[in-house]
Amino acid sequence: MSGGVDSAVAAARAVEAGHEVVGVHLALSRMPGTLRTGSRGCCTIEDSMDAQRAANIIGIPYYVWDFSERFKLDVVDDFIAEYAAGRTPNPCMRCNERIKFAALLEKAVALGFDAVCTGHYASILTDADGNRELHRASAWAKDQSYVLGVLTTEQLAHSMFPLGSTPSKAEVRAEAAERGFSVANKPDSYDICFIPDGDTRGWLAERVAPATGDILDRDGAKLGEHDGAVAFTVGQRKGLQIGTPAADGKPRFVLEVRPITNTVVVGPKEALAIREIAGSTFTWCGVPPARPEVAFECDVQIRAHADPVPATAQVVGDGASAELVIIPNEPLTGVAPGQTAVVYVGTRVLGQCTIDSTVSAVPVAATSTAAADA
Amino acid sequence: MTVQRDKVHQGQVYLDHAATTPMLSAAIEAYADAMRVVGNPASIHSHGQNAKRMLEEAREHVARSVGCDPIEVVFTGGGTEAINLAIKGLFWARAPRTRILAPGGEHHATLDTVEWLERHEGAVVEWLPLDALGRVDLAAVDRAISANPADIALITMLAANNEVGTLQPVAQVAALAAAHGIPVHVDAVSAYGHVPIDFGALGRAGVSALSVSAHKIGGPVGIGALVLSRRATVVPLIHGGGQQRQVRSGTQDVAAAVSFAVAASAIVADLPGEGARLAALRDRVIAGVRAAVPEAVLNGDPDPAGRLPGNAHFTFPGCEGDSLLFLLDAAGVSVSTGSACQAGIPEPSHVLRAMGRSEPEARGALRITLGRTSTDADVDAFLRALPAAWAQAARAGLADREPAR
Repeated sequence: MSGGVDSAVAAARAVEAGHEVVGVHLALSRMPGTLRTGSRGCCTIEDSMDAQRAANIIGIPYYVWDFSERFKLDVVDDFIAEYAAGRTPNPCMRCNERIKFAALLEKAVALGFDAVCTGHYASILTDADGNRELHRASAWAKDQSYVLGVLTTEQLAHSMFPLGSTPSKAEVRAEAAERGFSVANKPDSYDICFIPDGDTRGWLAERVAPATGDILDRDGAKLGEHDGAVAFTVGQRKGLQIGTPAADGKPRFVLEVRPITNTVVVGPKEALAIREIAGSTFTWCGVPPARPEVAFECDVQIRAHADPVPATAQVVGDGASAELVIIPNEPLTGVAPGQTAVVYVGTRVLGQCTIDSTVSAVPVAATSTAAADA
Repeated sequence: MTVQRDKVHQGQVYLDHAATTPMLSAAIEAYADAMRVVGNPASIHSHGQNAKRMLEEAREHVARSVGCDPIEVVFTGGGTEAINLAIKGLFWARAPRTRILAPGGEHHATLDTVEWLERHEGAVVEWLPLDALGRVDLAAVDRAISANPADIALITMLAANNEVGTLQPVAQVAALAAAHGIPVHVDAVSAYGHVPIDFGALGRAGVSALSVSAHKIGGPVGIGALVLSRRATVVPLIHGGGQQRQVRSGTQDVAAAVSFAVAASAIVADLPGEGARLAALRDRVIAGVRAAVPEAVLNGDPDPAGRLPGNAHFTFPGCEGDSLLFLLDAAGVSVSTGSACQAGIPEPSHVLRAMGRSEPEARGALRITLGRTSTDADVDAFLRALPAAWAQAARAGLADREPAR
């Protein structure tokens, strides 16, 4: 129970469904703030008290479990390391993957619980053979199945999402008010919970030592210098500070961040279009495809609030070299290594991979007059 | 609002008397009766005089319970305020001296106060080491004093450790300090009501101030006392009407003082017998835990005479204290891990750390504390619940400390 409205209503619904429920608040920082400010909705002492008051009203015991060390190692340090490696991580997915449905679930199961119940907007359905499947929430506008795409079959077996069939957030707030929860009108949380002011760049700059490096075009020609590769994200246009304009006069965008050489590669907008995504770290959620090595039709979603797009996917290679390769039917923009590509079949979450590599829809030669020299 | 009845009224066993202990029925009744009496003890008329009489009678009873003169009892809003008043008040009164000596395993009321003085008032704090039993090392106290006695503002120390129950050599430390005229404050909050406290003797040995709290002995929460020697001077924290020797201004809470006095009188009457009764129950807890979980390590002094009679404190290797607490709670027994921060997160015990234990050892701590209402049946219930809780907590282990990959 984060102290927000969703987990409070989820807990109340779980009790009414007949389950024996204990409220658990995760302490993710050893130095929590005292009062909630702005949109931060999970980690202050006020949030912990809000969660406890909701538990009191529901009539369930309430405990604070300290996962601050694991959160630091598995989420915060991972976030820093991923950025330092030139990738764009999603810390909420890491938290689901490694804390909420891993550390918390493991501890809960060890202590005699059957499942972790959260206020995520997603649905668990059962197929004809009794297998559990993760599906989008009824209300697509609130659907959070994307950030749950990292759940494995085993984790799914011990998960409950009582809000999955709720038509809207407004309904959840109304229910919370009816139940007498003080958090009924608490603002939604967004941003990254461990970066209080939302200034991700500034926060990272304090933790990853910036070093001056080169800005290159796609052929390797130096266009300028930057103050630290970590400050750049694929798709970024602003703040490149390149003196010489592109030959065609069009704006240039970050295409790639290469932390090992501390270089940033830029190019035209068209080169951002991606025709292939691949990742070697992939999982299946629920029953896996019978023959994943045979290309199958699916939809792929590459950010929490992106639209899913039609694609084909297949597993290429064996064992340690196996990769999930996803080819969108139309080239896709806004893709960066480190992001998670979640594969859907209809409303069902089939699996996901962390994106290791992408293939641009526009070959280097097509955008470069110096291709012959490269 | 009304008080809702839940499982704590339905047989949940309470073994956390060090956190707080049930109010005596007589203290509740006296509290309610006194609240019906109008009068500010500072008023001159008959109503004021009557309130003043009730207050001063209460003060005499509390004074008797700690062996001091009534004028030496300064009522406060609780133990924490008393400790703050003693430490800050003595520090400021002793300016320009800057050094504060304190043992490592003090209560947060002391730790945080001393650290605040360090950050804001130029105090220089020296943490005195504890031995493996949690007792302050007298040789280290002697060395710290001898280094530069003229610069020491005060020494503050527990009478008995609130987590591991170790009784401290208060008189010996006071004697070392008295040789140089250094005031000593004793935090007796956890000792009060469990072992005899004789402020007269301690004062002659060199103790200047001693803090107690009513709710640890069956009185109400919200009132405590700083026992302040006639010879000691403190700078007040709270300014106003000049009540209580100008040390603690504010209209005095007659009803709370009366209720406190009822509890204080009860400990005077009952302490010898009650101490022996609690010690016997405690020894059953210790023997029972050792039989059920041979791996469990008793913390604090194994000599029954060296620890609080109602305190049993163990480290359960390889498991989290908060897992054990949760499982025992679910099984109907309330116990403590000893320390938790404001957010309710169990912290690795700083007391065990000060006693030289590793962080994992400091996380596997469980404190069982007994009080006036404790019975053999309570101990039986705990010992019945423990084996299954231990087995499950050990399986859960320290998993949540280890990274996923």
